[in-house]
Amino acid sequence: MLGFTLKRLLTALPTLLLVAVAVFALVRAVPGDPASLMLGDMATEASVADLRAQMGLDQPIVAQFARWLGRVLGGDLGQSIQYAVPVLPLLLERFMVTAAVVVAAVAIAALIAVPAGLLAAWRQGSAWDLGVVATATLLMSIPSFWMGLLLLLGLGLKLGWLPVVGYVSLSADLKAGLVYLVMPVLTLVLVESGVLIRMARAAALEVLRLDYVAHARAKGLPEPLVLARHVLPNAFAPTWTLIGLVLGNLLGGIAVVETVFTLPGLGRLLVGAIFARDYPVIQGCMLFITFVYVMVNLVVDLLYPLFDPRVVAE
Amino acid sequence: MTPPLSQRPRAGAAIGFALVGFFVAAALLGCFWTPHDPLKINILQRMKPPGTAFWLGTDEFGRDVLSRLIAGARNSLLIAVLTVAGAVAAGSLLGLVAGYARGWVDRLLMMLNDALLAFPGILLALGLLAVLGANKYGIVLALALAYLPSVARVVRGSVLSVRAREFVEASRILGNSEAYTAWRHVLPNCIAPLTVLATSMLGWVLLAEGALSFLGLGVPPPEATWGNMLSAARPFIGQAAWLAIFPGLCISLALLGVNLLGDALRDRLDPRMRA
Repeated sequence: MLGFTLKRLLTALPTLLLVAVAVFALVRAVPGDPASLMLGDMATEASVADLRAQMGLDQPIVAQFARWLGRVLGGDLGQSIQYAVPVLPLLLERFMVTAAVVVAAVAIAALIAVPAGLLAAWRQGSAWDLGVVATATLLMSIPSFWMGLLLLLGLGLKLGWLPVVGYVSLSADLKAGLVYLVMPVLTLVLVESGVLIRMARAAALEVLRLDYVAHARAKGLPEPLVLARHVLPNAFAPTWTLIGLVLGNLLGGIAVVETVFTLPGLGRLLVGAIFARDYPVIQGCMLFITFVYVMVNLVVDLLYPLFDPRVVAE
Repeated sequence: MTPPLSQRPRAGAAIGFALVGFFVAAALLGCFWTPHDPLKINILQRMKPPGTAFWLGTDEFGRDVLSRLIAGARNSLLIAVLTVAGAVAAGSLLGLVAGYARGWVDRLLMMLNDALLAFPGILLALGLLAVLGANKYGIVLALALAYLPSVARVVRGSVLSVRAREFVEASRILGNSEAYTAWRHVLPNCIAPLTVLATSMLGWVLLAEGALSFLGLGVPPPEATWGNMLSAARPFIGQAAWLAIFPGLCISLALLGVNLLGDALRDRLDPRMRA
């Protein structure tokens, strides 16, 4: 297991290095002097000259990259132009909000989707199956930002059950903070469960055809036990991989939901930085989100043998 | 009661086809005619609810919502089609070269490809838009670049399996050049998986374009897209719910159409991936 973990960690390294190259190249692709770009319009000539020397702009591009990568690895992602604070603490603070919403949403979506998909597959072709598949296909077709607006309209404005805009930090006031997170989480649960239901159903259909299920039934095992003991664990494994991808995709696309509900998360930080041409924050966000995505998928892979013992971690 | 299983995919395909056809027709119509001028501001007619003069109401500038939806269909579909066409053309070329050349060319191209695939969701498109700027061409270029790697992967995979077959060997023995063999015999055999992928991609791009426009990083106002109409509706959601309902309905129905069509195509062309 330790060897497998190390090996997977090592295979993630070249990917992360190439991602770093891409992010480095992205800002260099913007026309103009990189140092004045990183400091913004309000910078003094002296500070630009300082940064030029620090970035080593008179040196070959490879040396500049090595210098930049060295600082990134040391946790120095530069200074935000907009907020005039170091980028990394800013990212971590915003990430907490995003992570709380995304992790809660995906966990709840999986808890709903896996049993729903399993039961649909169990009674394939029934009205229940048809209803589940139709609902899942419909949910997959609703963009998160529209789902969010509809919930705002329905639960917020028409029914008045939940606050429409705003955010209270969980650490400041747990109860009020949770109330503000209900709608964003519900939005993501609804839109993400569609794809998870379809995946769980497809995986369960495969498993239900296998001989060991027929064998379990033939030896007289009650149907609920067949499902719980033989079908669920085996059907869950492919869905588990998809959960990793969904988590990552949400991290990349969370900005729209954060915009609808005015949450101070990572996605809105990135979009705000794009508007403000805050290149250190843009670079930092892209590196950080991709790093988390690669790590999440790594953890998903490492835990995979827990759900599918046939896959031995080597 | 429940329809027999064999008829269900066909019903889905029919609905999908009808929905996609409807929006394509609306987009084509929008090139020549809309009930009102989609850009004409009329302060006296601000935020009128749906009625006889304006079927789907007017927005905060008094512009006709239906006309803007039709113009938006034209913009959104055009962007989606251009993006998918670009991603498929460039990605196929890349995948064909990598799968056909093999060796270090393949390894190098796929390494770069995998680095792009490592960016989650629309993050790469967001980063590219920071460089390219938010406009119609920037968004096509950014999304095409973001989706190109998946095409390259699929084409490369198909090429690797097809090029080992006898008819490719036969073409080579007949004295045909490598490029001719690749174009005439290898590429056509990648069409089926490519069609399935391109259809799903059409859905992803519609969704991504809607999201980027919603964030204000898509086609800039006053031009209409479904996404930027929704983002403009956000502050007025209390007074004018129709502004938030109709554009979202358009995106969702168009996506539903593409998804159903994609399922049907997959069932037909790729029996292994039956959902």
